[in-house]
Amino acid sequence: MKYLTLIWANLKRKKLRTTLTIGSFVVALFLYGLLVAIRIAFSGGVDAAGVDRLNTINKVSLIMPLPFSYRDRLLQVPGVSGVTFATWFGGVYQDEKNFFPQFGVDSATWFEVYAEYKVAPDEKQAFLHDRQACLVGRSLAKRFGFKVGDRVPLRGTIWQGTWEFNVAGIYDGARADVDTSGLLFRWDYLEERRVWGKGTVGWYVVKLANPDDAVKVTRAIDERFANSPFETLTQTEKAFAASFAKQMGNVEFLVMVIGSVVFFTLLLVAGNTMAITVRERVGELAVLKTIGYPDLGILGLVLGEALLIAGQGGLIGLALVKAFTLRGDPTGGLLGAFALPWSSVATGFGLTLAVGAVAGALPAISAMRLRVVDALRRV
Amino acid sequence: MAIPLIYNVRSVRQRWTSSVVAVLGIAGTVGVFVAMLAMARGFRATLVSSGSPNNAIVRRAGADSEMTSAVSLDSMHVIETVPGVARKGAVPLVSGEVVVIAAFPMASTGTDANAQVRGVSPRALDVRDNVRIAAGRFFRPGLAELVVGRNAQNSYAGLGLGSTIRFGGGAWTVVGVLDAGGSAFDSEVWCDANVLNQVYKRPANIFQSVTARLESPAAFAAFKDALTADPRLSVQVDRETEYYEKQSRQLSTLIRVLGFLIAVVMGVGAVFGALNTMYSAVSERSREIATMRALGFSSLGVTMSFVFEALLIALVGGIVGCLAVLPMNGYTTGTMNWQTFSHLAFAFSITPDLLLQGVAFALVMGLIGGVPPAIRAARRPVAVALREL
Repeated sequence: MKYLTLIWANLKRKKLRTTLTIGSFVVALFLYGLLVAIRIAFSGGVDAAGVDRLNTINKVSLIMPLPFSYRDRLLQVPGVSGVTFATWFGGVYQDEKNFFPQFGVDSATWFEVYAEYKVAPDEKQAFLHDRQACLVGRSLAKRFGFKVGDRVPLRGTIWQGTWEFNVAGIYDGARADVDTSGLLFRWDYLEERRVWGKGTVGWYVVKLANPDDAVKVTRAIDERFANSPFETLTQTEKAFAASFAKQMGNVEFLVMVIGSVVFFTLLLVAGNTMAITVRERVGELAVLKTIGYPDLGILGLVLGEALLIAGQGGLIGLALVKAFTLRGDPTGGLLGAFALPWSSVATGFGLTLAVGAVAGALPAISAMRLRVVDALRRV
Repeated sequence: MAIPLIYNVRSVRQRWTSSVVAVLGIAGTVGVFVAMLAMARGFRATLVSSGSPNNAIVRRAGADSEMTSAVSLDSMHVIETVPGVARKGAVPLVSGEVVVIAAFPMASTGTDANAQVRGVSPRALDVRDNVRIAAGRFFRPGLAELVVGRNAQNSYAGLGLGSTIRFGGGAWTVVGVLDAGGSAFDSEVWCDANVLNQVYKRPANIFQSVTARLESPAAFAAFKDALTADPRLSVQVDRETEYYEKQSRQLSTLIRVLGFLIAVVMGVGAVFGALNTMYSAVSERSREIATMRALGFSSLGVTMSFVFEALLIALVGGIVGCLAVLPMNGYTTGTMNWQTFSHLAFAFSITPDLLLQGVAFALVMGLIGGVPPAIRAARRPVAVALREL
């Protein structure tokens, strides 16, 4: 306890320097949080993907449709407990720069398969009862100010004309990393109005009774449709999301490089500050030793100061970045899920303390090894 | 009288550890700043260079990209007869094109990535003068033959000259390699549009876009008016350059916004580092400063001297940062273009003006980090500082 008072008093001695060093930590940890959120956004929900779901697409490519009749045939495959499907709509809201994904989905089964989307029961009922209804994600609703009861006109690009949808409700993600930047509307409305592509869906999502059967069911599905005019390619949702994320380029690598540069610089800044501090206080430390402070106590004193600076900076930085990510996507809708999970906050704090300890170690050891006679003579 | 600059250079060298810290902080920030902008620029340049000012692209009205468009053969024949379309002999230089996506395994990871497959007319090379055959030959009309872009050949496994590859329910032979001068076509795979329509079970004689070569860029306005006024057509006409510029907008905005955000945050950190270094420089040298003041150097001179020192550190940091990322110039990487759902290779493009921007950014950081400590240095009362030991 007496050490803590001493450390605290030392921190307050050069307030400006302490503040600036804490500031460096704040910035570094803010950046860390930002990079983690960017990585999550670019990994396109790989971590959010359900383990009990498979995606079945046309083997030729994602943009080729599959027949609607496959739904019943998929349900017959052993190990499949539910099937839903979606079609990419690709409409434009007001202007092309207002891009957000829109899917025509099977209203009856979509939420059974995607349990991580949360909708209020009355809003879900409204969606089921109005053929022109749509549900908008929370972040999309925030972006354009959509409210329940609004009418959203979309200019069709694949299917021409203006399509209007009634906002029946707003869906939330059960977790922070669930993408809520999209609009879901009813596939049967699309089917009724479109002039071509009738009787097809974009892709199927298959729910597994037991996630351990994934490999077996994947093979069973693709074998069932082999040599048909519409061969399928079935993947686990994770593999599907990962293949998308991989095509975005090596964001992971970029994030790691920037992150390491920042932490290395931080290490230098903090280490340098602590070295200056110890150098300035050589005389004082010698006096402390003379009046009987043990070597380990001196070590703890310097190390504690470094850790306290790092810890404060880390806490402030992480709190700021958490608040920043809660405000939503800084690019105005180009990133899907932009969030910072609590586990990464904890990792960040751990990293901060580690940097503080490493930065403080060298000056602390040299302070510990200080020979009283030399130090006092220097003054 | 001004304090000689060599004084600052020497004192930076004297306290090299803390100088190095400040230099590295600024260098890292400038490096990231320049690299991010180079990426956004490279991506944009790749798409923009795909368009030729002489060319016009015709799509169905309302379609935002080729993927969602449809133009019939009849319409194409109408387009061919419009005045202003360039001709080679008697043949109008018009290419009806079909764009689909095929999944090929990436050479680097082995996982599938979407490649853009473009079915073109046999006249495509005359329409697009920025594309030429680098090896092998062009496909023969009616055969299932592919010519692949340079970057596509490097990105995907199994696209070597002479090899056979299966996709979309057909077996294709690679007969040639395209050199499109670093544009988006380098990431594409080309084949005969009619064959592609058959293999992908698309309706015959429906193209997705029609690209026409015009006699001159000035002929565009008349060409566009002629097509949009024609009651037989419902199309939109864009200059090819504008079409590709628009395609690049979304992703280059994304890279730029994120890049700026990261650079600004890092910049704040670097300014803190510079402030710390300069403040400790000032406090370590308070007697020196007081001595100079006592000798008759003005307080303005002292301020200027410390600002110069901070700028010197920033300049070195800026140059180090630029030099560190310079080797990335021309480095080819790839990303998914969301407008087409396909993989697009592009090269980092670091230009002199980008480097200048980087150095300017460094100097701004140096200025912000240097002025407050410099003012403090000049304000210290001379007598007090001299008495301190």
